[in-house]
Amino acid sequence: MEASQASVRVPASSSAVGGLSFNAWRRLVLVAALLVALALPFAVKNFLIFQVTLAIIYAVAILGLNLLTGFNGQFSLGHSAFYAIGAYTAAVMMDQGDIAYYWTLPVAGLICLVTGFLFGLPALRLEGVYLALATFALAIATPQLLKFSPIEHWTGGVQGIVIIKPDAPFGLPINSDQWLYFFTLIVSGLLYWCAVNLVKSRTGRAMTAIRDNPVAAGSMGVNVSLYKSLTFGVSALYTGIAGALGAIVTGFVAPDSFTFALSIQLFVGLVVGGVGSIPGTLFGGLFALFAPNIAESVSKGLAGAVYGVILVLVIYVMPSGAAGLVRLIVSKLARRER
Amino acid sequence: MNWELLLHQVLAGLATGGIYACIALAVVMIYQAIDHLNFAQGEMAMFSTFIAWQLMDWGTPYWVAFVVTIAVSFIGGVAIERIVFKPIHDAPVLSHIVVFIALFSIINSLAGWIWDYTIKSFPTPFGSRSLLGSGLISAHDGGMITVSLGLLALLYLFFRHTRVGLAMRAAAANPESARLAGIRVGWMIALGWGMAAAIGAVAGMLIAPVVFLEPNMMLGILLYGFAAAVVGGLTSPGGAVVGGFSVGVIENVAGTFIPYFGRELKLTIALLLIVAVLLVKPSGLFGRAVVSRV
Repeated sequence: MEASQASVRVPASSSAVGGLSFNAWRRLVLVAALLVALALPFAVKNFLIFQVTLAIIYAVAILGLNLLTGFNGQFSLGHSAFYAIGAYTAAVMMDQGDIAYYWTLPVAGLICLVTGFLFGLPALRLEGVYLALATFALAIATPQLLKFSPIEHWTGGVQGIVIIKPDAPFGLPINSDQWLYFFTLIVSGLLYWCAVNLVKSRTGRAMTAIRDNPVAAGSMGVNVSLYKSLTFGVSALYTGIAGALGAIVTGFVAPDSFTFALSIQLFVGLVVGGVGSIPGTLFGGLFALFAPNIAESVSKGLAGAVYGVILVLVIYVMPSGAAGLVRLIVSKLARRER
Repeated sequence: MNWELLLHQVLAGLATGGIYACIALAVVMIYQAIDHLNFAQGEMAMFSTFIAWQLMDWGTPYWVAFVVTIAVSFIGGVAIERIVFKPIHDAPVLSHIVVFIALFSIINSLAGWIWDYTIKSFPTPFGSRSLLGSGLISAHDGGMITVSLGLLALLYLFFRHTRVGLAMRAAAANPESARLAGIRVGWMIALGWGMAAAIGAVAGMLIAPVVFLEPNMMLGILLYGFAAAVVGGLTSPGGAVVGGFSVGVIENVAGTFIPYFGRELKLTIALLLIVAVLLVKPSGLFGRAVVSRV
């Protein structure tokens, strides 16, 4: 299951072609990546484990965004809202209801599915910039809605909610960071596996058909509005589960962690990873988490500016994201091989 | 219902609406020129305002600083288009938006680094007395409304009655035909950026006395500017101004008369407005509906 999510490095090393077929290379790299993923938490410090866990969580959220944008051609700058809903669902359930953390994931997913579907309904009439605007507004309004005083009893208002990090079950001899890493890896592996299958399925083809030409898709019998709002819902589900995972892993939620900046991070991760590429989202997750840190280590005062410059450079070098760059390299090497 | 309070709120709304109208105007200008929404618009305006503040801090009189700032912003806008956006002209739309975000981040961070994050007060050229002694609306508010209406009139004249204005409209409407007719489309886009930056600068300098000057002053205002542009229709500069004033009035009236909206859910009003208008009339009140051939 983790196989599909590790496939980010596939095309990169398949470029070495050397006698093996593309699929054989893919399998080889998948196994190698899986081994690395399993060995990682025993090789590095706890803080790095935590960061990689977060990067995987971001990757899942970006995957959700990618299902919407890359495979259905809809656009969202408001996914921080769904991430927030997922995170708050998990936090409130654990804080108020004393419910085990793993039960919060399906509930968060379900709530986000419904919310996303409902937000997708008005979004049906919107295209391109207009959808961007509506979702932009949603992202801006989210922190205010979370601070809304009549629901403060649940959400903890400005203070947010602190939850307790779960320990490893069955007396496993690993610490909580390591356990949460594996937990995240398993959940996200499952989610990636579902996404790959969804995209390949009949439903997935309908989604892509709508992206490429809604009129043609409609005339071939695809229910355009149903599929569009459903995709919005599924996309929100992914991002919501990522949010719930994020809440469990960080052990803390507060309105100001879910500002427009989070939407931007996810969106940037999507574009940098490659729109419409599932392995690309993993690169996107890593970029979304580590690029701001790198910028900060270059210059504290000018971190934002450095980050911006990194972004511009990345777009110059790979206008269609990491996936696009890899595709380009592979096709060049393949041509030379012939 | 308290009619005097309502009247007061409507007038105050018109005043803040002037701000939104200016920003919406700048948004619509760039949208006309390049078919994108510029998410860095607010930051560009903020940076221009800081330039004006710096000039005045060095002792330049207000109106000199005003004109110099507009000129600098115009050149800055053209430069951004030429340097940053021209090389990625053919990149996918989403990549463009990432570059807007990058620009946002760069400008915001630079401003914070140069002028730090403390709040600065900004002078008004109109004085702070109340207008006509009525106590309902301040002179600065009146000035703001006048300037945004004046700006709109100038833009109207520019686009309807000058050759350059005509060329810009042609370049936006049909780039290929325009190029065949001898219009340098690339420069028209750059000119659009320059004008939007200049309008943004005016808006920033007018808003700064009200909201105070600091690097993050623009985010909420930009949202309202977008809301105004959507209400009026992204294709109509006149609509943007009307939209700005109506958003200002709605914000103030709703904030006063509906519980919670005033303090806690101010930005949510913009969200509701955008969604509501887009649902009822996606092209805005004054925009034209785009019909595309399939």
